[in-house]
Amino acid sequence: MQLQVNGKIVEVNNVRTVHELLDYFQLQAKIVVVEANGEIVDRARYETTPVAEGDRIEIVHFVGGG
Amino acid sequence: MEDVLKIGPYQFHSRLLLGTGKFADLETQSQAVAVSEAEVLTFAIRRLDLDNPHAANFLEQLDLKKFTLLPNTAGAYTADEAVRIARLAKASGLCDMIKVEVIGDQRTLLPDPIGTLEASRRLVEEGFIVLTYTNDDPILAKRLQEAGVHAIMPGASPIGSGQGILNETNLRFIIEDARVPVIVDAGIGSPADCAKAMELGADGVLLNTAVAQAEHPVLMAEAMKLAVQAGRKGFLAGRIPKKRYASASSPLEGMIE
Repeated sequence: MQLQVNGKIVEVNNVRTVHELLDYFQLQAKIVVVEANGEIVDRARYETTPVAEGDRIEIVHFVGGG
Repeated sequence: MEDVLKIGPYQFHSRLLLGTGKFADLETQSQAVAVSEAEVLTFAIRRLDLDNPHAANFLEQLDLKKFTLLPNTAGAYTADEAVRIARLAKASGLCDMIKVEVIGDQRTLLPDPIGTLEASRRLVEEGFIVLTYTNDDPILAKRLQEAGVHAIMPGASPIGSGQGILNETNLRFIIEDARVPVIVDAGIGSPADCAKAMELGADGVLLNTAVAQAEHPVLMAEAMKLAVQAGRKGFLAGRIPKKRYASASSPLEGMIE
């Protein structure tokens, strides 16, 4: 399945939910926020929010800034 | 008497707010933050680099119980972009404060007053604690206050320029009219600039580059902390008016003849 994650096309297999996508990138321990097709995904709904072919996903975090 | 900075529901004892960008390394940054005694730290929201997702991250090293996070909307050129970034920041569950920053020009990085006001208004309505980075324009500051922002943050001079306070008159007008805290943000270069801002009656100072890019950032963090404290006490103490001519400090009577 192809997704667009942080602006890049990525090919992922066996990923059905946002939770599984974070597992795929090994990000469960990190402080991130996920947006799918322009909508923020509530942390409590990672396991029940499906990802599908062609979805645009943003995974963002806090970086140094003024 | 306790001198507390109140922003929305929050109370702070430090009046120095510190940015977290442009530090050479995380160790220096940690020390500078500790020495500054800042309680509010700003951050930016960016895409995670999926090619290097486990790079050291300053926020993840922080004891989050000790600090209040102030994410910014830096990078936004429209109100829509700023609102989107603010919502992402809040969805982290770590904070509900937002530094609204809508830039109008890439070279000067000066704020777009129209987009800034619109984003601020929308984020207040959405329940954010809104601290707005704005031009040093007293009328715009008034409009922001009417929109319900929790703090007004006029720039001293362009971001990262270190030019200090360029328009003392406007800053005075903003401070005189404000019923919410005024935090001088951007353009601070030296401790003297901090002290000046605080003596004018600002409620706080937010700076980043002046510490992060100083020759000795940790020492500068301490200097800035002391300057903010000195300026604040100077303001509360009430300075003497300036006079044109001298006025002797020693008695004129009792001279030995």
